[in-house]
Amino acid sequence: MPTDTRLAGPALHLADSLWQDAAIKFGNTAGAVLGFLGVLLVVFFAAGRATGRFSRPLAIALMLGPAAVLLLTGLVVPLLRTVYLSFYDADSAKFVGGKNYGWAATSSTIHEVLLNTLLWLVVAPVAATGLGLLLAMLVDRMRGQAVYKSLIFMPMAVSLVAASLIFKLLYESRGNGQNQVGLLSQLAVVLGWDDPPNWILSQPLNNFLLMSAMVWVQTGFAMVVLSAAIKAIPDEITEAARLDGATGLRLFLHVTVPMIRTTLVVVLATVMIITLKAFDIVRTMTGGNFGTQVLANEMYSQSFDQYNTGRGSALAVILFLAVAPLVVYNIALLRKERATR
Amino acid sequence: MTTPVTTRSRRLLAVPAVLALALTAACSNSSSDGGGGGGGSSAALTGDCAKYQAYAGHSGTKVTMYASILSPESDSLEKSWAEFTTCTGIKISYEGSNDFESQLPVRVAGGNAPDLAIVPQPGLLAQMVKSGKVVKPPRQTVENENKWSPVWKEYGSVNGTFYAAPMSANMKSLVWYSPKAFKAAGYEVPKTWADLVALSDRIARTGGGTKPWCGGIGSGTATGWPATDWLEEVVLGSYGGDVYDQWVSHQVKFSDEKITTAMKTVADWMQNPAWVNAGFGDVKTIATTTFQDAGSPILSGKCGMLQQASFYRAQWPKGTAIGPDGDVFAFHLPAVNPQVNNPVEGGGEFLAAFSDRPEVQAVQNYLSSSEWASSRVKVSPGWVSANQGVDKSLYTDPIDRLSADSLTDPAATFRFDASDLMPAAVGSGAEWKALTAWFAEGQSIQKTAADIDAAWP
Repeated sequence: MPTDTRLAGPALHLADSLWQDAAIKFGNTAGAVLGFLGVLLVVFFAAGRATGRFSRPLAIALMLGPAAVLLLTGLVVPLLRTVYLSFYDADSAKFVGGKNYGWAATSSTIHEVLLNTLLWLVVAPVAATGLGLLLAMLVDRMRGQAVYKSLIFMPMAVSLVAASLIFKLLYESRGNGQNQVGLLSQLAVVLGWDDPPNWILSQPLNNFLLMSAMVWVQTGFAMVVLSAAIKAIPDEITEAARLDGATGLRLFLHVTVPMIRTTLVVVLATVMIITLKAFDIVRTMTGGNFGTQVLANEMYSQSFDQYNTGRGSALAVILFLAVAPLVVYNIALLRKERATR
Repeated sequence: MTTPVTTRSRRLLAVPAVLALALTAACSNSSSDGGGGGGGSSAALTGDCAKYQAYAGHSGTKVTMYASILSPESDSLEKSWAEFTTCTGIKISYEGSNDFESQLPVRVAGGNAPDLAIVPQPGLLAQMVKSGKVVKPPRQTVENENKWSPVWKEYGSVNGTFYAAPMSANMKSLVWYSPKAFKAAGYEVPKTWADLVALSDRIARTGGGTKPWCGGIGSGTATGWPATDWLEEVVLGSYGGDVYDQWVSHQVKFSDEKITTAMKTVADWMQNPAWVNAGFGDVKTIATTTFQDAGSPILSGKCGMLQQASFYRAQWPKGTAIGPDGDVFAFHLPAVNPQVNNPVEGGGEFLAAFSDRPEVQAVQNYLSSSEWASSRVKVSPGWVSANQGVDKSLYTDPIDRLSADSLTDPAATFRFDASDLMPAAVGSGAEWKALTAWFAEGQSIQKTAADIDAAWP
């Protein structure tokens, strides 16, 4: 056993057994939590004592302060820094002006990436929302709808990476005459297709195959939210429409859809935002190869695989600019909806 | 025994609590030891520990190490320095990560660099040196370097300055095959490229259900790297070391006739529909087959050979006999051009330091010594050092011995994996992508070469 002298000073962090290590870590955590609580107590005590014209500004500062600090350090500062870095070279050492943006605008790989991202942005959310709406309508009239709903909602609990791995297995393909491993190829063989294509290599089909994983995960979310919205339509309205002779598709198109319009748009926009950030699916299933690259994954690979901070940051800014209007629109809509209720 | 520990823990609890109260979150981890020799407690080590005397005097210190090596491989790594740790009292706190390559730069930039990092790519090492955080190795480490052939020192250097000592080496120029199947069919291990081509042809024509080659370049986000190896083997084996070096430094471009000719050779070899891709399908399936899966048809007799590095031995299922008469074994991939003397393409790992605390330097010194290399060889098969001070009789595994023979052969034309030497934008970016497209989409050699050249920073 070493002597105790090393405990002096910064050597506090050195431990020679696992237990001691654990004790130190636990001590640090407990200390941090206690410290935090202590600070809170002091702050609230001070706030409670404040009276007169200071009390309101103080309360506002106390309540908004932490959120503002977190927002600033977690979002605003990194955002500004990303914008700043996007004007610098790969090592963030030399100012290069708009060169990175010029590269993004002219490189043919990035054109493909932008095209794919646009495709994702349109197809996946519309498919997920449409399918969600359809399922909501269908399931609503069924007995035991809770069971079906949970089953459809279940993929939401699966991470996108896990979902991609599942789908990747479905698309696995072997050459003519070999035993098929993937479900899709085997189905094709059973249906009489001797030599099914190598799905994941078939462009542009593979893009849609990748999107299926996203749709699979997001449909449950869309269904649950839309189903709640449909349920919220007052019975009087549907009854009145029925008395006026509206049935089936007309009832759906002229009563149900307009009544849930805001919810529909919110769901669509939410899935769109998730889709724009789609990164895990592409990374897991193709790594961006075979013409399936999207913006979020290209940004990551530029920054962390190729160590080009400048280009990565420029792509991040472009991605941000693409997402921002959607987020703003989404928030505005949510506000409006809340106001009408 | 109990009392000192509890009082100690209490003291430990109290200090961070005060720190947290003061809301100085970041400063508590400052690792500056400032010991400058550890307070002079370098008592003489005795018995089995006597050989570690040179590293003594830093008892009770801790050195953090970060690498991409995961369990179970890292278990034997830790075992290899267990005695060193017990004798010197320097604790090596090892952390392995799947995301090492992308996380190391993040950690270094964030001021959270490990004391030591095992870097498998000279390109990444150069990247780290550029950050200004890499510390030059101590004199003893530099001296230990003499046991390696000079080319290794270059790979551990950036702009002529030596930064990181090589720790391990692996050999890529191997072809895996089944000695049993070869014997049954009357095939002989090819000695020259012409033999290899003739054998491939023979298997394709007369092998029945057997195709001569299997291949897979799928590897998640690193998809494409085995294809870079094929091209590197052919470039090195066709033109020798000089052209290879010029190619790495982009004096010879990918669109240069020499390289496109090499690509043509690769295409004749691994994109020949009659020769590949046993058990999986056509040429394109090479792009979607993972390199881990690629070799399995050798065991079922569907294909004859697979070009893969020495570390591929870990991919065979448990119980597979590996050896000259076993289920699988490997032979040295012959040079395309017989004029090139024993071309060996390989990889390796380098130990870079981000701190010059004395205990960190002690670990650096120890890990660059042949003693450590020998102790590493003893604890696990599947690990090879090109350190010429290692006794070759220590290798128990035939593949390891085969690799060690080539790697320590002073006459061999050894070169490091080119894609690991090229800038990351090419080596782990455009080249992987373009070669994958070359296999998957049948993209032309000219376009493939031009795409890679365009990405050169």
